[in-house]
Amino acid sequence: MDENSIGYVIPTIASIKNPLKLLSGRVLSQYDLRYETYGSLNKDKSNAVLICHALSGNHHVAGYHEGEEKPGWWNNMIGPSKPIDTNKLFVVCLNNLGGCHGSTGPTSINPETNKTYGSDFPIITVSDWVTSQKELMSYLGIPFWKFVIGGSLGGMQALQWSFQYPELINNCIAIAAAPKLTAQNIAFNEIARQAIMKDPNWHNGNYLEKGVSPDQGLALARMLGHITYLSDESMREKFGRDLKTSKLNFNYDVEFQIESYLKYQGEKFVTGFDANTYMLMTKSLDYFDPIKDMSQSLIKNLQKSKSKFLIISFTSDWRFPPKRSKEIVKLLLDNERNVSYSEISADGGHDAFLMGNHDYFDIMRSFILESNNGI
Amino acid sequence: MAFRKDLLLISSWIKPNTKVLDLGCGNGELLKILKQDKNISGYGIDNDIKNIKLSLRNNVNVLQMDLDKGLNGFELESFDYVVLAQSLQVIKNPKELLNQMLRIGKEIIISFPNMGHWSSRIQLLTCGVMPVTGNLPYAWHDTPNIHLCTIKDFLKFCKDNNFEILEHSITDNNQKTNLLTKMIPNLFGKIATFRIK
Repeated sequence: MDENSIGYVIPTIASIKNPLKLLSGRVLSQYDLRYETYGSLNKDKSNAVLICHALSGNHHVAGYHEGEEKPGWWNNMIGPSKPIDTNKLFVVCLNNLGGCHGSTGPTSINPETNKTYGSDFPIITVSDWVTSQKELMSYLGIPFWKFVIGGSLGGMQALQWSFQYPELINNCIAIAAAPKLTAQNIAFNEIARQAIMKDPNWHNGNYLEKGVSPDQGLALARMLGHITYLSDESMREKFGRDLKTSKLNFNYDVEFQIESYLKYQGEKFVTGFDANTYMLMTKSLDYFDPIKDMSQSLIKNLQKSKSKFLIISFTSDWRFPPKRSKEIVKLLLDNERNVSYSEISADGGHDAFLMGNHDYFDIMRSFILESNNGI
Repeated sequence: MAFRKDLLLISSWIKPNTKVLDLGCGNGELLKILKQDKNISGYGIDNDIKNIKLSLRNNVNVLQMDLDKGLNGFELESFDYVVLAQSLQVIKNPKELLNQMLRIGKEIIISFPNMGHWSSRIQLLTCGVMPVTGNLPYAWHDTPNIHLCTIKDFLKFCKDNNFEILEHSITDNNQKTNLLTKMIPNLFGKIATFRIK
């Protein structure tokens, strides 16, 4: 356990009884959200931070679960004296609705049929997530978020917060995000979904009833995704053309280190992730287009927003490259919002947002420190 | 940190409650003081990550961008003032940048070190070496300053490009004017500041 760790953390379940009308038109009459909190809410309830997770993330963002060796997925960023400093801030993170780590999702029992939802679970959009996160906020008695922070799909949720509930958010940090997906982004997502749906164990998404799961398809989807999270530079540096064996075998077994790495990533992923959730998350990404969806009222909302924005991108990210972040900056500039932008030199590709990087952490720390003055 | 004296003059030219874009904003001190004293809103632009951090610590909006790549993201006349303080000499294409500044700003304010100052002239004339001065401390081979000019050069540049000079100030190193900087500015002025539209 690192020196500035939060230590052991225990997730909790919030059972939300308020029906949620989804963008698709369907309604979830009740649902559970699994969440963790770090630090403590101060007296005037002015130090709450919401962390939004990305495609494969969950509520376990920092600290350790008893009996597990690996900490939460953003443990380097969140903790005592870390950029998101739990000595000062009260951090909330949840497993998004439709997830597979304890919140209501495709693996849950549908109370109306008493069977697992499977592919009958409704498609949840970024806007639906934000609505459900607001329910959790009320449940926890939090009047407003000092910060809403997220990377990638999490960054999109942070942006959506500033459009949807501008009066409830003081600062928005969107890292390695995009204002909407490109055709290329959607194409990658579609191949991932096809890989899952072509798996013989898919059974139209109702695989759990049959006691199987489309692991091969999901592993392929993850392998493909993983390539888009890394940069050419980082793959070269990490694997080059290194072989697992001393010579070429002239067959189709795993020979190069990169092949072995991807295989391992795919196999590891399927042990903890549900294929329907992966389908849903990629669809939610594809659908995200707040600027197009923005009715006049949403634009007005944004203009009402007193929120400060920090937008961060990474030079080697080709999934959501700097130019996509600049589109977000442009939208905010055109609406005369308080926005800062930093483009971090990093080799890590899209995944750079999860890695330790001196400049990146300093930028986060500087923005958070200054915005946090007065607490 | 002491406030840069040349920025005081620029801030005195900026009217309250306006919108300012500060190119090459450094640690953001100009915008910080303008926010405090004149309730302006605005953004700084810098390409050095150190300056981005410092500006954030000064609670100033700052955008990490390369000025040599242009200002295409900004709309026509979206700012009351676009400022370029002591950075003209590092810009790859000054004419292009000034045209862009004039597109997005109603007025622009530019300051630069005067290469026509007697101390520079003497170094070249007597020692035969490229001038190295307090304002321009770099050796010829290791300098970010690629487009140095004199006040006379700049006046011709404005005339050639139809830039209208609204106001100017030629000062010594202490940001003061004296009889000499008034009489023969191109010989005795250290810093030149122009307001242009």
